[in-house]
Amino acid sequence: MAKSTEPAIIVHNVSKNFVLPHERITTVKSAFTSLLKKRTKRTIEVQHALRNVSIEIKEGEFFGIVGRNGSGKSTLLKMLAGIYQPSQGEIEVRGKLVPFIELGVGFNPELTGRENVYLNGALLGFSKKEIDAQYDDIVTFAELEKFMDQKLKNYSSGMQVRLAFSMATRAKADILLVDEVLAVGDADFQRKCFEYFRTLKRTGKTVVFVSHDMNAVREYCDRAMLIEKSEVVTVGDVNKIATAYTRMFMRDESGGDEESKTGRWGSRKAAFTSVQPELKKISGMKPVRLICKAKTHEDVDGLVFGFLVKTEVGAHLTGVNTQILKQRIGSMKKGEEIMLVWDIPNIFNDGRYSVDVALVSADGDVYDWWEDATHFTVYKEERTPYPTMPDIRVEITSPPSK
Amino acid sequence: MLTKLYGSLKRRFTYPFILLRQLVITDFKLRYQSSILGYLWSLLRPLMIFLIMYIVFLKFLRFDYGVPHSTVYLLAGIVFWSYFNEVTNNGVGAIVGKGDLLRKLNFPKYVIVLAGSFSALINLLLNLVVIGAFMLVDGVEITSRMLLAIPLVVEMFVLSLAIGFILSALFVKLRDISYIWEVLLQGMFYATPIFYPLHVVPEKYAKVLMLNPMAQIIQDLRHVMVTPKTPTIASIWGTPYIRLVPIGITVVLAVVSVYYFRKRSKYFAEEI
Repeated sequence: MAKSTEPAIIVHNVSKNFVLPHERITTVKSAFTSLLKKRTKRTIEVQHALRNVSIEIKEGEFFGIVGRNGSGKSTLLKMLAGIYQPSQGEIEVRGKLVPFIELGVGFNPELTGRENVYLNGALLGFSKKEIDAQYDDIVTFAELEKFMDQKLKNYSSGMQVRLAFSMATRAKADILLVDEVLAVGDADFQRKCFEYFRTLKRTGKTVVFVSHDMNAVREYCDRAMLIEKSEVVTVGDVNKIATAYTRMFMRDESGGDEESKTGRWGSRKAAFTSVQPELKKISGMKPVRLICKAKTHEDVDGLVFGFLVKTEVGAHLTGVNTQILKQRIGSMKKGEEIMLVWDIPNIFNDGRYSVDVALVSADGDVYDWWEDATHFTVYKEERTPYPTMPDIRVEITSPPSK
Repeated sequence: MLTKLYGSLKRRFTYPFILLRQLVITDFKLRYQSSILGYLWSLLRPLMIFLIMYIVFLKFLRFDYGVPHSTVYLLAGIVFWSYFNEVTNNGVGAIVGKGDLLRKLNFPKYVIVLAGSFSALINLLLNLVVIGAFMLVDGVEITSRMLLAIPLVVEMFVLSLAIGFILSALFVKLRDISYIWEVLLQGMFYATPIFYPLHVVPEKYAKVLMLNPMAQIIQDLRHVMVTPKTPTIASIWGTPYIRLVPIGITVVLAVVSVYYFRKRSKYFAEEI
């Protein structure tokens, strides 16, 4: 379905404050005493959950919202759903919005599966007749045929999620708000989720998607927004946003007392003197050349060099050592120097990578193990939501054009 | 024009109606879960209270209500009071009790309070069947005047619902309401001639008592259903127009409750 340029959701300069009186007035007595104390200072803390957020989400767009826990994502989603009222600004929603943001809203453990289907259905706006008509499909999709007359409290959490998800996919709306559904459920459930997302995309629904799963954001979202500390950092290209999001965590980890966090250990019988990529910034498919220089401080017999490339979130991507490559480095005298260049094919996706290097003896004694010794950044026009992006070519034998 | 109006009304109220229906059904299913007698309790409870009052007030204390069919008279008072008691008491915690749902879903909040009041109404109708049986046994004359009970039940429905709305919204911010209401309700119970004959109260106080809408409603209901000898607000004040006071109170409460509840309901999710 072609994307329209009509906005489905307009958020205009919206702020949300939660007023947290330090002594919350929830009893008449405290209301009375605070009335008397009116002249004195009453401490009220205003928590800014969101500040000046403005976005326009287009019809048929799959829009991602990313940000850390507590950054204000859920508050924004709840305002879009109409659950919270903005303190300032306006939100305009054009079209029918599915009012739930979590799975299994209103599920009651004391009711049977069947009764919960009707209850949850009513909350989603389905009449009894409408549920009757699709009841079998709901049950089949949830794979719970034998359990519908059991009470929900006797369901496993996986069964509950399946039933809830089966209900959620029924929602008839133009705009859907999806909050962290991927956090629950097993691989099979996630697969079903992704299938559902593809269906949503195909049918041109507007989806606002909150997730911590950057691969899902990259794969499904057309645009995304990064929220940090109650404010919008950027809105736009999904890859940039996802990278910016993962970088936020990198920055945090490297902050503070760097020395104590730098992982470098070993006997230093031999040690790296410098570890550097030939180029800090690599664009296109150019190979990554990693230059390692080392020096012995004692006589050593048989050195093994190794490296490990890690993604920004610390996932081990690739690495090898000279032993695996059957490259023997013989004995060296004290004070000798050695240089070694790793020529790594550029299989990397667009992003920043850090490198661990190691210098060990043939028996595995660690001479110098250096975590995050250096880093490099790869720039690529195209990217995949998967860990790597090797130089894959495609050849198309097209039928002659008419 | 009319079809257009009907269409827009239908669009607006389809969802609340579906929700209301389902919440009432759920409420009934859950209410007597894992109790052996189940639904029977909605009949048994007022009957047992009636039995206690019957023994205490009619047999021990030998209260003379000055009316025929005093058994049915007493039972009717208890049943109608139970309805008011149930709606307002459920009303207090209605919104807070659904806090979990409110934080996850945007739906018309009044439906919650309305659903509670409808399940109490179903209870009341069941109890009216029991009253009917007692009336037949006791030989109460069945007349068309009994139809006047319908507007009176409507008045009671509106009054209870209005108080339910106000209490439920107040309770979100002020948790003392449950205790305050407990005391107020007890006070109202004694300010309504349910178990005592009205003629034992000195006239100047009886006049004031009858301005209480529940007293007016219960006495009027007894008047139309049980016996025309029932003292009502009209007979005590000597004018039927005095009914405008309790009805006025009900209307004012209804207007205030709608205004207050609508104003507050937007913020329930964040305040609970």
